[in-house]
This record gives sequence, structure tokens and C-alpha cells, in this order.
Amino acid sequence: MTLEIESKEATHDTDGLPVEELVVNIGPSHPSTHGVGRVVVHLDGEVMTHVEPIVGYLHRGIEKMSENRTYLQVVPLTDRLDYVGSMYANWAYCRAVERLAGISVPERAEYLRVIVCELQRIASHMMALGSAAGDTGAATMFIYTFDERERIIEAFEELCGSRLTYNYVRPGGVSFDVPEGWLDNVLAFCAAHRDKLTEMDKLFFGNVIAKGRLKGIGVLSAEDAVAWGASGPVARGSGVNWDLRKHDTYSVYPRFDFDVPTGSNGDAYDRGRVRLFECYESCRIIEQAISQMTEGPVKTPLPRLLRPAPGEAYSHIESARGSLGVYVVSDGTPRPYRMHVRSPAFCNLALLKILAPGHMLADLVAVMGSLDPVFGEVDR
Amino acid sequence: MSDHLEELRERISELDPTIYPLFSIEFGDAVIAVPLDDLLVTMHRLRELGFDRLGMVTAVDRPEFFVLVYRLHSRALSAGLFVKAKVHKEDPVAPSMFEVWPAADWQEREVFDLFGIDFEGHPDLKRIFLPDEFEGHPLRKDYDHPRVIRRPDYI
Repeated sequence: MTLEIESKEATHDTDGLPVEELVVNIGPSHPSTHGVGRVVVHLDGEVMTHVEPIVGYLHRGIEKMSENRTYLQVVPLTDRLDYVGSMYANWAYCRAVERLAGISVPERAEYLRVIVCELQRIASHMMALGSAAGDTGAATMFIYTFDERERIIEAFEELCGSRLTYNYVRPGGVSFDVPEGWLDNVLAFCAAHRDKLTEMDKLFFGNVIAKGRLKGIGVLSAEDAVAWGASGPVARGSGVNWDLRKHDTYSVYPRFDFDVPTGSNGDAYDRGRVRLFECYESCRIIEQAISQMTEGPVKTPLPRLLRPAPGEAYSHIESARGSLGVYVVSDGTPRPYRMHVRSPAFCNLALLKILAPGHMLADLVAVMGSLDPVFGEVDR
Repeated sequence: MSDHLEELRERISELDPTIYPLFSIEFGDAVIAVPLDDLLVTMHRLRELGFDRLGMVTAVDRPEFFVLVYRLHSRALSAGLFVKAKVHKEDPVAPSMFEVWPAADWQEREVFDLFGIDFEGHPDLKRIFLPDEFEGHPLRKDYDHPRVIRRPDYI
């Protein structure tokens, strides 16, 4: 993370004119870096020859802080990892603790977790699509997606009193049961959301400018996606059919009928479109979950101070960005001995340096937007 | 759950008998504990067995040694697996997995940054989160800083 940027010696092209490699620094505070991230780009004319993402500006040491807190005090910290999809980190951490301490979860709580996480997926994908579209100049799409996201954020506010940091999923269940009429509102949202998605698909992905900006940009092969540890829509955009909800299923997901959309070209266009189609599937899952749900408790009563036996547990869930894993080690005390987050945004962002070179500088924002990094989770 | 793990053990031992004695089940997960010297060879073998995805690389600071923890996934075997190796505290050096799975690139840089474990063969090993001039490795248990506030022990 040094600030000195070295430029190579000037060389000469075939006509004997001096040619110099140009180094451009983007960020750390730039609207298209989707947070506080920095990218150092080496340019040959307009074409990027070398791209290096530099991260760490949002590093708060959440893993170290967790070692100084009790198991329940860590849950609000996990909200601050992926602040666009807080429910996922809550859930992944709570599943690990439940596994470690042998805590059972009431069935209604599992359904509520699925419902809020699928709503969160829609909200997160709306943010990803809107900001990626905004980066490439389609400001209208940004307004459309943020309108949809706002409805979900309002529903979450009604559910748990917070718009971004929910602290809703807790070890042993969820913090509150739903307010009266909330599920009907969610069903009404899903019904209306499908039409909006179809409209957005035509508005943005059918647009000739969007196609020109995104098709063939940042192509990731299926082999590279697997070898580089890509997950979520980034891997599925390349045709890798890998979704933990299907392939390492957890919670009540086996009870739902849904498809895993995959792309074929692995470019920015396919990654974006996979996100849009996932929103349809999330609507399907939410509707099935609400119809299957029964009344019952939403939380297993737990002592204030959990003391799991010495051991370790790993739990992973499919977040909006990919496989989100939490690894917790206990030494028998009330605090975690070690808590590690396997962050999908971090692993996906590492791909930027193989995806961007060869393209024009202006395509960097399209590639970066299609990877959907959230720096709270990248830097932790 | 344990049936599934036994099945995985059988499958792996059929495919590669040398890995069988290293296989164990810890806290409900399949674990392969490898001496550090054999780590790279074993990882190459596991990759050939179908563990095509390196999910996680991290470390745990135990009182006598560091434990490197790798989480592998296989789509073909539809299974997950932990690989663990102990690293000496006096000379924390481990082989890099970059040549087996490029996914190790940033994750090993993170372990290097926060634990101070060197990865031999990594193409670009440098700090990733903290500034280059930062002193110490914060996730080590002996890391101390005047501004670190330790919360009181509860009971």
C-alpha cells in the first residue's frame, strides 16, 4: 500500500515516436469503486496492461475484535461486514455458533431466515445492478432498482427497526416474529416485483448501449472461475452451476422448488443478467416459504453467556455475492478463540487483475461493477 | 452426517490409498492433517481427486504452533474437506498453494499480513490490508498495542 507509483522508461514505437506507459490511480474514494477501494492501472494508450486492486482502506479488524467479545456480542459486528447484505453474515455466523454449541433452531425461525435472506438477495442484487448500470451511464436503471430496494429496506425496518444493520438472525433463531400483515406485504411486493424485473430486463439488458458496453467485457472462463475460487453470480455467469442452496444445501432450502440461473459467456453482461434472473427465483422461494410456514416459536431460549465446548465449526451459505463461510474456533471460554470470515467479495475482487487487462480504461468500471464488490466485506 | 463422511473416506481411500491414514473426522467435518513437508504434494493429489475448488485459507494461533486451515470443495464428489498443517512459530514458512489453485493468491497474502506466515512460491507476497510499514501481525495472540482495550472477563 505504498503511495509511490513508478513509471517505466520511455520507449519508442515503430515510427520512432516516444511511448510511455502511463500509470493511473483510481480511488480510494471514487464513485465507481463501490466503496473505499483503490485500483492502480497501467495504461498503454487507452488499453489497460496491468491492473492492481489495492484493498484494506475499510479494514476494521473484525476478526480480531471478535476474539474480545462474547459469542452474542459478535452478531452485531457481522452486520458491518457486508453492509448491503447484513442478513447473510448474521446467518452464516449464527449457523457456525449453533453448530459449535449444539443449539437447535425452531422451524419457523428457519423459514423466517430464508424469507429475509431471499429479500436481502433481491435488495443486494438491485443495488449491484443499479450501481453497475449507473457506472456505465444508465442512470435511469439506477432509479428503478433503488426504488425496489427501498421497499425491501422499509420492510426490514418494520421487521427489526433498522435499515441496514439488522442484527436479526441470532444464535437459536431470529430476534422477533413478523409484525401483523408483514408477510402479506412481502407477497404483494413479490407479485409486483416480477413485472418490474421484466421491465428492467428490457430497459437495461435489452438496451443496445448496455449490450455494447457489457458484452464481451471481462470474460471469465469456467475453468478460471473454479480455479480462482469465484462464487455466486460471478461463477454462475461463466456457466459454473454452483449454488450452495442446491449443491451443499442447508436450512429448509431442500423443500423449495427453484432453478439456478447460469450464463454462458462469462462476460459482464451475463453476470449482471444472472443477478436479475436470481431475483425471480428469490420471489419463487419467498412465496413457497410463506405458504409452507406454520405458527410456532422463533427463538430457542439461550443463556446470555454461551460457553461452547472446545472445538471448531465451519458454516457456509449462499450470499448475494457467493459462498460466505464463517469459521469459528472455541476454547471453552465465553469468547471465540478465532473467528474467520471467508468473504466471497474478497475472492471475487481478486479476479479483477485477470479480467480487466486488455480492455479500455473505461471498461474497468463495467468489469468492477459486474464483480459487485462490497468493501466492508472485502476488507473486514 | 457421519455416514456421508465415512463414504467420503472410502471414496478417497479407493482413489488414493496414501491419503487414507491422514483422514480423520473432527467435530463433524472431514479433516486431513498433513505434515508441512508433504502439504504441497497432498494438495496436488487432492486436486487430482476432484477437489477443484479452494474455498478458504486461514490460520489459527495455537500456543505451540500455527495451524494452517484450508477448506476444499469438490463438485464431482459433492463434498467439502478441511486440510490442516502445523507451522512452527520460530520459522513460520509454508508452501504456497498458488500453483495448485490461484484462489490462494489473496487469501495467502491475508494470512501473511495478519499472522506473519511466509508462503514460499507465492508470486507477489506482501501485506494486503495493513500498510507496508505496519509493525507486527495483529491476529497473533501475543500481538499487543497500547490502544487495544481488553473487555473485562465475564464471570
